[in-house]
Amino acid sequence: MNFPVLSVITFTPMVAAAIMLLMPADKKNETRGVALASATFALLLSFWVYFSYDTAAAGYQFVEKYNWLPALGISLHFGVDGMSTPLVLLTGVVMFTGVLISWGDDDKHVMAGIQDRPREFFAFLFILASGVFGVFVSLDLFMLFFFYEIAVFPMYLLIAIWGWVQTREYAAMKLTLYLFIGSVVSLVGALVMYWTNFQNTGVLTFDMTVLENAGFSQTFQYIWFLPVFLGFAVLGGIWPFHNWSPDGHVAAPTAVSMFHAGVLMKLGAFAALRVGIMLLPEGAKQWSWLIMIFAGVAVVYGAYIAFVQKDLKYMIGFSSVSHMGLVMLGFSTLNEAGLTGAGVQMFSHGVMTALFFAITGMIYDRSHTRQIPELGGMSRIMPFAAIGFIIGGLVSMGMPGFSGFVAEFPIFMGVWGAQWMVAVIASISIVITAAYIMRNIRQVFFAKMPEKLEGHITDVTMLDKVAIVTLCGFMIVIGLYPRFMVPLVSTGVENILRLLGGA
Amino acid sequence: MFNSTTFLAILPEILILVVAMLILVAEPFWKAEQRRNVGWLTAGGLFAVMIISLLFGRPGDPITVLGGMVRFDWLGFFFKMLFLFAGAATSLLLMDNDRVGHRGEAYLLLLASLLGMDLMAASADLVMLYLAIETTSIPLYILSGFMLADEHSTEAGFKYLLFGAMSSAVMLYGFSLLFGFAGTTNIYELKTVLAAGPNTLVMVLGIIFLLLVGLGFKVSVVPFHFWAPDVYQGAPTPVAGFLSTASKAAGFAVLTRLFFVAFPGFSQSWTLIFAVIATVTMTVGNLLALPQTNVKRLLAYSSIAHAGYVMIGVVSFSVLGAASVVFYLAAYIVTNLLAFGIVMAVSRIIGSDDVKDYSGLSRRNPGLALMMLAAFLSLAGMPPFGGFVAKVFVFAAGVQAGYVWLVIVGILNSIIGVYYYLNVMKYVYLFRMPNEDEEKHPVPLTRPYTIALVILALGVILVGTLFAPWFSWSDMAAMNLF
Amino acid sequence: MNFIASHYLTLILFFPALAAVIMLFLPRDENKLLRWFAFGASLVPFVLSLMVWVNFNADQPGFQFEESYVWYEAIGSSLHLGVDGLSLTMVLLTTLLTPLAILASFSITDRVKPYMMLFLFLETGMLGVFMALDLLIFFVFWEVGLVPMYFLINQWGSANRDYASLKFMIYTMGGSLGLLLAIQMLGVLFGTFDLVSLYRQWNSLTADRVLLGMSVHTVKTIAFWAFVIAFAVKVPLWPFHTWLPDAHTEAPTAGSMLLAGVLLKLGAYGFLRLILPLYPVEAKMFAGALAFLAVAAIVFGAFAAYGQTDFKRLVAYSSVNHMGFVVLGIAAAGLASGTTDAAIALNGAILQMFNHGLSAAGMFFLVGVIYERTHTRNLEEFGGLFPLVPVYGGILIFTSMASLGLPGLNGFVSEFLVVRGAFPILTVYTAISMLGLLFTGAYILKGIKKVLHGPVNEHWAHGEHKLTEISTREILVMAPLMALILWIGIWPAWILNVINKAVVALF
Repeated sequence: MNFPVLSVITFTPMVAAAIMLLMPADKKNETRGVALASATFALLLSFWVYFSYDTAAAGYQFVEKYNWLPALGISLHFGVDGMSTPLVLLTGVVMFTGVLISWGDDDKHVMAGIQDRPREFFAFLFILASGVFGVFVSLDLFMLFFFYEIAVFPMYLLIAIWGWVQTREYAAMKLTLYLFIGSVVSLVGALVMYWTNFQNTGVLTFDMTVLENAGFSQTFQYIWFLPVFLGFAVLGGIWPFHNWSPDGHVAAPTAVSMFHAGVLMKLGAFAALRVGIMLLPEGAKQWSWLIMIFAGVAVVYGAYIAFVQKDLKYMIGFSSVSHMGLVMLGFSTLNEAGLTGAGVQMFSHGVMTALFFAITGMIYDRSHTRQIPELGGMSRIMPFAAIGFIIGGLVSMGMPGFSGFVAEFPIFMGVWGAQWMVAVIASISIVITAAYIMRNIRQVFFAKMPEKLEGHITDVTMLDKVAIVTLCGFMIVIGLYPRFMVPLVSTGVENILRLLGGA
Repeated sequence: MFNSTTFLAILPEILILVVAMLILVAEPFWKAEQRRNVGWLTAGGLFAVMIISLLFGRPGDPITVLGGMVRFDWLGFFFKMLFLFAGAATSLLLMDNDRVGHRGEAYLLLLASLLGMDLMAASADLVMLYLAIETTSIPLYILSGFMLADEHSTEAGFKYLLFGAMSSAVMLYGFSLLFGFAGTTNIYELKTVLAAGPNTLVMVLGIIFLLLVGLGFKVSVVPFHFWAPDVYQGAPTPVAGFLSTASKAAGFAVLTRLFFVAFPGFSQSWTLIFAVIATVTMTVGNLLALPQTNVKRLLAYSSIAHAGYVMIGVVSFSVLGAASVVFYLAAYIVTNLLAFGIVMAVSRIIGSDDVKDYSGLSRRNPGLALMMLAAFLSLAGMPPFGGFVAKVFVFAAGVQAGYVWLVIVGILNSIIGVYYYLNVMKYVYLFRMPNEDEEKHPVPLTRPYTIALVILALGVILVGTLFAPWFSWSDMAAMNLF
Repeated sequence: MNFIASHYLTLILFFPALAAVIMLFLPRDENKLLRWFAFGASLVPFVLSLMVWVNFNADQPGFQFEESYVWYEAIGSSLHLGVDGLSLTMVLLTTLLTPLAILASFSITDRVKPYMMLFLFLETGMLGVFMALDLLIFFVFWEVGLVPMYFLINQWGSANRDYASLKFMIYTMGGSLGLLLAIQMLGVLFGTFDLVSLYRQWNSLTADRVLLGMSVHTVKTIAFWAFVIAFAVKVPLWPFHTWLPDAHTEAPTAGSMLLAGVLLKLGAYGFLRLILPLYPVEAKMFAGALAFLAVAAIVFGAFAAYGQTDFKRLVAYSSVNHMGFVVLGIAAAGLASGTTDAAIALNGAILQMFNHGLSAAGMFFLVGVIYERTHTRNLEEFGGLFPLVPVYGGILIFTSMASLGLPGLNGFVSEFLVVRGAFPILTVYTAISMLGLLFTGAYILKGIKKVLHGPVNEHWAHGEHKLTEISTREILVMAPLMALILWIGIWPAWILNVINKAVVALF
């Protein structure tokens, strides 16, 4: 048996969390050190997985399987395909940068990072990360839920404890309840699949590689696709169940916003794809029109609402709704271009929005306001952050040369192939996005700095810079050289198409 | 008739008696202020009983011993082990209770009721069953009212006694009717007699209802739940914890055995009744838990709600259903004991059970707060804690049996649960002590608490992650019912 | 050398971007180093494109120096580059104007590093459009060029730059939205973005095919207009031109030079490279409408230019006026493709693109020169400057005359060709545009008069306001432009030969 890299990746954060919790509370820097070390370790491993994934062979790779509860067909079954490999890397990246920007400093006047109980903060964040890794690599439906829930509940604490004082309780509870409702609805669907498969074949198994080929009846898929897909898609921020998401983003502390928008929303989308579309392909075909409508509305509506926001985080939050709408739109096309685009968009949006939130956090820490009209002139003092934000903005606008274009273009092509009117309508969002991104960049970074901020703003720290460069690097590399990621995603898409076609 | 198998069948009970006698012998040697050490003895003794039973007393194929009174099978055995574990933990938690912990008779009463529970889980005859139930209940009545100086405690003991006596009287009436119709008190013979005889459905339903009153009281399902919150609040907290876990589990052990074994032919009727009860129990329990501001009352209502979840497994009437019931109870015992243990440890220092007074706990004792988080998230059904897996199994059984609507009710209820459990955690983690520096007000743990809580917390995680062994035991236990 | 010879286009295309990335690591405060580095870096593509020009075989039809690299195989797009006579002319224009623009902006002192980097990125963006033989790559570079321009205007522009830059961005992006959608549609239909194969496949669709639930004819018409609007915004055609005066006026001098010199050509190039080959039928059908818009641009552009009091706005509107002729030529070619007249009109249009690039860049630079000294562009405050700055005056008059279309200078050649080619095809429109030409003369003369002539302007003659003569560096910027203006005016054959071969081969 080879080195069990996926389980090591998955459990590294968990183990690190346990170690941190056992450390004395006053050893803040040591705790941070452990956090950074394990995040780096996980990042390197996910890089390794990313680059050693064999696109020629395709399929699930790095497979590990341990019987967990044979009586019910539950196994710890890990493996990645072309869809999940980029997401594993994404999680590694966001985790790494999230630790960097939440480093915190115990002495300075400048509020930066996490100063209050960093031990608990990092521990909860890492438990969350473990859950996220787990979902992306799980090939077992039960384990997928197991890790899914692990990824959800720390959010409550992270937001409620370290979040923005004014809305954190409300937002944290709202988020948790929305996500919990969504996931348990999906859970019912999953259990029904499990038993139906048992009735059909006499095999008790949660193994998704088996369930993929279970051949559920048309009617069954027709009934159960929507609950399963939408249940997960709640976490993907699909309209009209997106309401928790901007509130959650706004209330969350920076690193958590990064995780939330960067990774968690992908978790929802990914699970919706893996369980909803891949296990119930016929249902997906039946209902793709509805998903397309929802996603189409999300794309335009999210962009429009983002356009009218005054709060920087709300703006990004709603732009995430819009961009995740594009992911769902890609899913709903059920064709090669659309799914490929959605796969890339998940990564691209993850990196981009993590960057946005990171920089917003840096600004907020210094200016103590996120109201766009109250900000200004940041580029003079934090040029690094300005450049990062601009690059993120360009990605967000779908500017060619950056990852956003590489992702959005095929999505739109896919929509053309499926339902061209939707492509035309959804494309309106591109202009709206360009308008608000440009307007806000101008106001926040280039307008005259308000007097009350003069002298209070300092440049970002070295760690912040490392984080910004890391995130920007991915967006540019993918934008200029799509082959960095696209062939990988394509292999995953082929598998999905096979399921869609073969059923 | 008394051979080695018989001996093995009641090995835990015999050993419990041995421990009790040891205590009787040893107690006078300790000075009054050292009497809490009886707790070490009890816990250690029960732990030893567990080990010995696990090593030597494991059942093979089910057999009935002692003239058909006691059945020696995995169902009973697994429950016995759970009770022993709960008893050991409870006695550790009792030790530093100011008003109970130093009195040796409390431990003896605990052992007595434990004995009763063990027999409840194993009894195969209505007579034995009734005796066991009373053996369990009477010490618990006393324990509930143990703090004579405390009005609430006295009230709790008295209330528990009244409700208990009445419902067991009703149940006894049901037993007698059953005997009257069937001519036998053996549960396993009842099955064949009931299946063969010209019994009208109405008659059997009547009996079922009477039995339900008694057992429903034990497991505190709606509408037989009224005693629970008051008793839990008034009784010494360790006793409340014991009541809400071991006692409830014992009730379910009897419930499943009785209904699965004796009334399989009428399952369509009683599963429907149980489904309704489950729905009402979950909903009422959770809705009433929502406005609670007292942690003990909150846990009381939540334990009512949990009885409702377990009911889903019973309703499923399948091997997986039974297995999920057993597994759920195992997870629940560990989790709820942990929750009560934490409440004890906290209220011992801060002198209050009010949720508000938990503010800033995470700064006063981070470790304790973390364990509380584990307990409450497990109650809420979040992985990687036991509650999640248990809920999934119960729901899976429900879906398998075609009770999708009931599962959806369960799910909606667990969402309510998430809300109020997290609400408590909000006080623990988010809010701060008003105008105080938490660092100056630590909440220290004494050694018995530390040991008990750490073991329980590890147990919660262990059940939630490495669930295969526990489930396979539950599965074996469930097999014995069919 | 072998490597260079086989990778000319890639080198030309990416060298500026590479240089910009290298600049990132140069010290921020060494302005002199940064300027010379940028200038030197922009000369490399110029030299390379001269070599391409020399090695280019005008007689060979089709694309030369082709290179193709896998870029995004999942959707069938590759980095396919190549030039023909048409695009080579534009590449040469771009690589020529960029060093001049960089040289012109040596006077920038504020944040030199990002400024120069943006210019180099801009050059890559513009070159990419001209070289792309893949529709998606075309679009990529089309949009990429926007970003540096936006920031150049937004950061180094004058007072009203915020408004102008955003307007520029939104207009162009909004305009290219239809283009984006149409490109996506083409990609979905044919699974490739390769221009050469699209030309063939798109036109071989039989009329009875049903696409997207509509007839081929309808789809093509919609797609045609989507393309037209995108390029019309960029050219700009009336009534999509309103972003242009704002953007030009607010942009820094060098930015205006490239904006007028190259960026406007992107739109016209789009017409030539994409619309005419992809939509010959529609181009014919809607040639009248296009011609109408072109004539409107010519006439209104001239009128508007005449009405300006801001020197830079005047020059900006003159661009609208001049670019109108380009589109008029294209419209004529669309209507009567294949005829000699059409070929003449197209030759004129392409040459006009090149010429306008030279003269408009020169004019904007000259406006910039005087603005730097006086900090005003108001024509009313000038007048009588000739005696103060005779050299500058001479250069201004020379460039203006080129713009006016004085025979002997380049503007005449191209405008004559356009009019000559278009007249038999679109007689009425061409006749009206001749009237526009009249006003071209009027506003240019007005500009010269308001700036140079009249009694000596005492305000600018003495003291702190004393106007200084044009510097050597500035003359160096103008010299190549003036030389080319004169050269093409006298002997246009060297460039027309290349253009004509391409036109004949293409249409």
